Amino acid sequence: MSALRAPDPQTKTSKRTQALEARPVNLDGFVDEWPEVGLVAMDSPNDPTPSIRVQDGRVVEMDGRTREQFDFLDQFIADTAIDAATAERSMAIDAVEIAHMLVDPRTPRVDVLRVVRGLTPAKILAVMKTMNVVEMMMAMQKMRARRTPSNQAHCTSARDNPLQVAADAAEGALRGFDEVETTLGIVRYAPLVALGLQVGAQVGRGGVLTQCALEEATELRLGLRGLTTYAETISIYGTERVFKDGDDTPWSKAFLASAYASRGIKMRFTSGTGSEVQMGSAEGKSMLYLEIRCILMAKGAGVQGLQNGSISCIGVPGAVPAGIRAVLAENLVASMVDLECASGNDQTFSHSDMRRTARLLMQFLPGTDLICSGYSACPNYDNMFAGSNVDCEDYDDWNTIQRDLQVDGGLRHVDEREILAVRDKAARAMQAVFEQLGLPAITDAEVEAVTYAHGSNDLPPRDVLEDLKGAQMMMDEGITGLDVVRALEAGGFRDVAESLLALLRQRIGGDLLHTAAIVGHDGEAVSAVNAPNDYAGPGSGYRPEGARWEEMKRLRHTVSPSNPEA
Amino acid sequence: MTMTTTAPPAHDLRLTELGPAAQGSRHDEVVVALSPAFGDFFTRTIVDVPHGSVLRELFAGVEEEGASLRVIRVTHSADLAIVAFTGAKLSGSGIGVGLLSRGTTVIHQRDLPRLSNLELFPQAPLLDLETFRAIGRNAARYAKGETPQPVPVRNDFMARPRWQAKAALLHNKEMEFLRSGKPVELEVAIGR
Repeated sequence: MSALRAPDPQTKTSKRTQALEARPVNLDGFVDEWPEVGLVAMDSPNDPTPSIRVQDGRVVEMDGRTREQFDFLDQFIADTAIDAATAERSMAIDAVEIAHMLVDPRTPRVDVLRVVRGLTPAKILAVMKTMNVVEMMMAMQKMRARRTPSNQAHCTSARDNPLQVAADAAEGALRGFDEVETTLGIVRYAPLVALGLQVGAQVGRGGVLTQCALEEATELRLGLRGLTTYAETISIYGTERVFKDGDDTPWSKAFLASAYASRGIKMRFTSGTGSEVQMGSAEGKSMLYLEIRCILMAKGAGVQGLQNGSISCIGVPGAVPAGIRAVLAENLVASMVDLECASGNDQTFSHSDMRRTARLLMQFLPGTDLICSGYSACPNYDNMFAGSNVDCEDYDDWNTIQRDLQVDGGLRHVDEREILAVRDKAARAMQAVFEQLGLPAITDAEVEAVTYAHGSNDLPPRDVLEDLKGAQMMMDEGITGLDVVRALEAGGFRDVAESLLALLRQRIGGDLLHTAAIVGHDGEAVSAVNAPNDYAGPGSGYRPEGARWEEMKRLRHTVSPSNPEA
Repeated sequence: MTMTTTAPPAHDLRLTELGPAAQGSRHDEVVVALSPAFGDFFTRTIVDVPHGSVLRELFAGVEEEGASLRVIRVTHSADLAIVAFTGAKLSGSGIGVGLLSRGTTVIHQRDLPRLSNLELFPQAPLLDLETFRAIGRNAARYAKGETPQPVPVRNDFMARPRWQAKAALLHNKEMEFLRSGKPVELEVAIGR
């Protein structure tokens, strides 16, 4: 008999357990699956069984429901997203066979698109369930719409400081982001902050697209006025109930999309796993099944792209088994139906650096149209989208991972001198535009501070009430993007004025309505139309090489063989 | 970020249903509207603040401002906007405070659109007793026709990875307790 008491974890834990308990990953929230309410990633017993029946060129039964039993999402999908002419043939193909077509680089992308066009939501779910994440990444590499991957940034300020947004947009554009977006703490600040984003982005690189996430009517108004150049905060959902709670239908969202298209403004919808169960209206369906309904709805509405990858609900799939596999699956499905995919990685996801990197690599490695949607170009404390998976303190890590793996994540290391120069120029351009438009003055001290700042804590506060009056004046007087061009020109920033004018001209050409369009360094649109993904296995497709690879090799600190003591 | 989940000392809470909630007539009235399982199946917020203590602080805030108070339970919905708006419509002043079991809170006013509000406190994990007292004070001041400074809202960008999924689970759990019917008047007893 031993005199020792049996170990009791209630009274005493091991030193190792204490070390593990202290790890950041244990600050993350995890929950057990609850399929009855839809708290399950991609496999609920309530998910329907795939089926299709077509009569006289019309889908009359889909996934076990007849047309009379359709909810409005079923109806919208059956009538606008599914190709009734080929659906029965596509649906007859085994799910594993379709997955093989996705993964096998020798099956051309267009052949896959042709099959997927005839699949129902439940069938697409069945295909995803046969694939592991490596297979999904293989498929994503081929199915991404644009040949080159790209990246998007958030530029926001905890104080809604337009100058900070301008400087961060300029730096972000210089570092490689092709789209930058902002949003507000105080909504009334929107015109000034949208202006800052637009001017700053053009200083960093002419052609970078900008958007301001707001309530839908205001967001549209800023777009129509040319104060923004794309839109993506048009949310859609996978159950009728959640749609109705937001006073919306698939048709109302499609109508909104057409308003943007009428002015040649790029736009995409937003959706993501977890939103329906978060609102208690998942009807017991898996998160991925509902998201596939969203994706097909977006396709049916005729928009060119979708922002998905759970987005603001990432804590929900992130907390259940296989949730991050489901998030990659939803990105892949968007690409499979030939939509541009802006693939998330845009919200705080984990306290653990290992976990947030593992989650990121799912999109980073295969490359998506926009890997982050977006990457926080401000410190996360300033991020008014409630924080991103990666922020400006991760720039050097990101650049190093690109270099380690020779994978293009869209960014580059930039010399301090160049960064300070564009931040200073963006701030001075804003100073000039504010003066020309009669907005509250920006002082030289503010310009100096924002050039060297990290975040809003480093900036002198602005007179918020005066700024808000200025913002109101901008709306009342109907200031447009063209007025901003004039102000830049009159203020001595002719090159920035020309960049902005060239970007506004894109609206007339309409090239930014093409799938996955961004504006290249020569000012021309680069999209799935003139630069389609041509990946067909080893040795093919886009691989960083030449000048781009040389640029990716540069880091903040490297030892040179020619001058090792430098 | 570290977050303490050690429970503060609980105040016993007894809620007794008195029958259908009536339309209020006192012009300085705040109606506190509780979600279906508040202080019943659920006894604590998402960060383990006891429901008895939440109500004690909220009531103390209202009393400090000398406004009158009534408590109801909304049984047919766990949607915060509906819970609060139902309270506001029954309130003599038109001011209602809606509370979900997990702690999410809103101050509503009957003349606003349902999805609007006077003050919203969406991040339940950041709501401590001091904040609930301040919410009570502000609700009372609105009821008296004043325009108080909004209660400062805290923000924590790491709240999502820690709490979002638990919030989803709690919301779906609360929805299991929905029953049809009109809101009911509650008698509230808070012990030590």
